[in-house]
Amino acid sequence: MPRDLKIALGILTVAVAVGLISLRGLHRRMQGLAESQSSDEKARREVLAPEIATPSDVPQGAKIYWAAGEDRVTATTVELALSADPVERGKQVLQALIANTPTAEQRTVPADAELLAFYILSDGTAIADFSDALSSETPSGIESEQLVVDSIARTLENNVPTPRRLKILIHGQEAETLAGHVDLTGFFDLNPPNAAPQAPAPSSAAPIPSAPSSVPAPPKTLAPGGVPKPRR
Amino acid sequence: MHVGPVVVIDPGHGGTDTGARGANGLVEKDVVLQVGKILRAELERMGYRVVMTRGDDSNPSYEDRAALANAYRDAIFVSLHVSSTGATGNTRAYFYQFPVPFQATDTSLLSSAVRQGSGAAIPWEEAQRPFAEQSRRLANLVQIELMHRFSQSPNAPTPAAVRNLRSVAAPAIAVEISSVSVSDPIALTSLSGLFAASIARGIAAFRPMPAPVPGLP
Repeated sequence: MPRDLKIALGILTVAVAVGLISLRGLHRRMQGLAESQSSDEKARREVLAPEIATPSDVPQGAKIYWAAGEDRVTATTVELALSADPVERGKQVLQALIANTPTAEQRTVPADAELLAFYILSDGTAIADFSDALSSETPSGIESEQLVVDSIARTLENNVPTPRRLKILIHGQEAETLAGHVDLTGFFDLNPPNAAPQAPAPSSAAPIPSAPSSVPAPPKTLAPGGVPKPRR
Repeated sequence: MHVGPVVVIDPGHGGTDTGARGANGLVEKDVVLQVGKILRAELERMGYRVVMTRGDDSNPSYEDRAALANAYRDAIFVSLHVSSTGATGNTRAYFYQFPVPFQATDTSLLSSAVRQGSGAAIPWEEAQRPFAEQSRRLANLVQIELMHRFSQSPNAPTPAAVRNLRSVAAPAIAVEISSVSVSDPIALTSLSGLFAASIARGIAAFRPMPAPVPGLP
């Protein structure tokens, strides 16, 4: 083999080796950056949403419902310290739903969404009040919005036995829709797995709220058989 | 004289409400308007009377959309949507899912009143409730047609609280196709004709047009 060719091959081998080493270093740096971003988000979350701890907390397996594909949620059992108080317990599991998402693909509630308040009325209605990000960062679409509602409702009903239905508020207000499609003016059923068959609600139950005031005043009742003429 | 149901086509969103937006420039409000116009032509060809909640870039309120359908004694309401995400050509038909009545007695009385045509009023917010079973059946027939033409689609309709349907006092469904996130807009818009034809066939299976009577115009 000519001497020049040997030298060229030698230089080429060294260049390839240096390239491989650099590539590996680059990969490590990228991994480090991703981990750093992840820990930054975790730290931010810890500051924004301090862990909810109550004296009655007991470590146990909580069923948190994250996405399993585009159209359904599935339970993942997570070890959490859960309160005996249903309201605190509700906050704890919803906070875990947002903050402890295992992978990006499994995320349902947007990472920036915060649970602002959670309470349970005496008639069994759970009120979950989220920040604007729940509405603004959920991908618009019937399927994607329903997935978010399902994950919240299934997580609550499998961990908090008291409430029978759920009302979702956005920043303290009733919203027309979640992100343009799924109706938030009504309620969502909560059916705890071990609950007795539903009895008719007491007559003192909270009335169904009327349409938001921003909606042009429609007729509040509709008389079947007495329909108005089509407008032209 | 027109016989048969009036089909109310509801292209979702409009105006400043764009609905889902894709990075490729596709916006839901435009795609559903295009599909709506194709669906209208297809249904009219089949002999149906058709009205649309919007034929341009306007954005009627949810209440106005429902009121248009509720103005007819025999209407079928179809709301059209496109998702933000999902595999291209995944199509789903939805019917409204109400929660279990909290005041069961009152609600059953209301439903009964509507069925019997007793003239009792029903709450505007609950107008769809008495039609839930008819809507489910319509959604099922449309989903069957969609499944035959769009292989990634499920074989059964999906219950969901779609806002456009809640106050409609008629069989009412929403149909959604995936998605505005396609890399090439033509990949989605080229499906409009097939999508509309599938919905039209589902409607025809639900309420076939009566055969013309000989001697009548």
